[in-house]
Amino acid sequence: MEVASAFAAAISLIIGLDPQFLQIVLLSLRVTLTAVLIAALVGLPLGALLGLSRFPGRSLVIIIVNALMGLPPVVAGLLVFLALSRSGPLGSLGMLFSPAAMIVAQTLLVLPIIIALTRQVVEDLWGEYAEHLTSLGQTGPRAIPTLLWDARFTLATTLLAGFGRASAEVGAVLIVGGNIAGYTRTMTTAIALETSKGDLVLALGLGIVLLTLTLAINAAAFGASRVGARFAGT
Amino acid sequence: MRDQPTILPLAVEHLGFAADGKTLLDDISWTLPRGGITIIIGPNGAGKSLLLRLCHGLITPTTGSVCWALPDGVIGRNRRHAMVFQRPVMLRRSARANILHALAASGFDRAACNEKADAALSRFGLSGLADRPARLMSGGEQQRLAIARAWSLSPDVIFLDEPSSHLDPGATRQIEEMLRALRSEGVTLVMTTHDLGQARRLADTILFLHRGRLVESGPASTFFAAPATAEARAFVNGDLIW
Repeated sequence: MEVASAFAAAISLIIGLDPQFLQIVLLSLRVTLTAVLIAALVGLPLGALLGLSRFPGRSLVIIIVNALMGLPPVVAGLLVFLALSRSGPLGSLGMLFSPAAMIVAQTLLVLPIIIALTRQVVEDLWGEYAEHLTSLGQTGPRAIPTLLWDARFTLATTLLAGFGRASAEVGAVLIVGGNIAGYTRTMTTAIALETSKGDLVLALGLGIVLLTLTLAINAAAFGASRVGARFAGT
Repeated sequence: MRDQPTILPLAVEHLGFAADGKTLLDDISWTLPRGGITIIIGPNGAGKSLLLRLCHGLITPTTGSVCWALPDGVIGRNRRHAMVFQRPVMLRRSARANILHALAASGFDRAACNEKADAALSRFGLSGLADRPARLMSGGEQQRLAIARAWSLSPDVIFLDEPSSHLDPGATRQIEEMLRALRSEGVTLVMTTHDLGQARRLADTILFLHRGRLVESGPASTFFAAPATAEARAFVNGDLIW
């Protein structure tokens, strides 16, 4: 019965747009979306470049990037914590325990996903387009805009995968954000804290929002591939 | 015939290509004059497609040279030879956007791109398909678009690698009509085919390759009426497949 009533309270929390609740959801979205945006701006061209270039040690770079897709969030958090802590190399920025620090940590988590998947997609597409683009004089980095644009539907799914990873993780944002109420408390850190405190209502409410978000991401990824098949014949 | 400056003739001298220690093309010398349809024929593995790719500059020769009358076959900023592939490479965009992309990549400004793309679409009867995703068009339509895309770049020469080998007879006939029309416009065409009937229908000049060597070349009528070499005779009679 207690769980059932907690459920009901959680639903009313969502429907009622409780300000504290809303603030947590919005901060989570802000941090994660910014991280994905930065990772995309850096990762898409970098991944494409890695897909097109040939240099000694390329295989090693690819293996490392692929491995970093599984970087444990707590380790990413620890690394950013060390870099931003008062005695760390970037300590003078005073960024630790701020949303900016959480964005940095999540960017670090999302970047390998975007680079690795973009590399694969662009490499495959180049295999198909190579002769035509070479015929047009688009070789090397000059082919990147064409390839990224033509892979747009697959890459949309890649960005959503990155968003999924960042929105669900708790370790990195907890370490570098500190779970400060009203400032760096996100959905995942709040769920962890509230559950351990026994406040199931807020935890459940946020859990429902997170689940819905995951569902929406997957629907969007599915939609992107459908739209791609429909309008681009991918 | 066009009276503008041209990148022709193309002089191919002692051209050779080897990969993994295997000689695939050996000592090919040949001059492509302006106009007409030159067809490269020969059994499978003779090096037909390879010769086209070397001439177009997609591959660097191991020995010998490919020399256009103007350096690199370029006039101003534009490369004046284009290529159409056996399996048309269709970008994941509309038919019109495929042509626009090729024009923009070749350095034409936006106004010229729009004008030339529309001209190419209407010239090849594709205006009605302009906004259709290129990859969802039929094989024949895709190859027509590939030729329109090549033509839009105002090339002196179009190389075609077995452009109709995977098309049905109706679509093949359409492509052949397009090629005849291009010839009468003064565009120089060089194509490969394994279809002897097509070679007879279209060729002005024949290059016969066998095992990486240029065995025979000359006017198509002479070649088909009286092949000079035993290999060519066997090929024309349908006895030489490899």
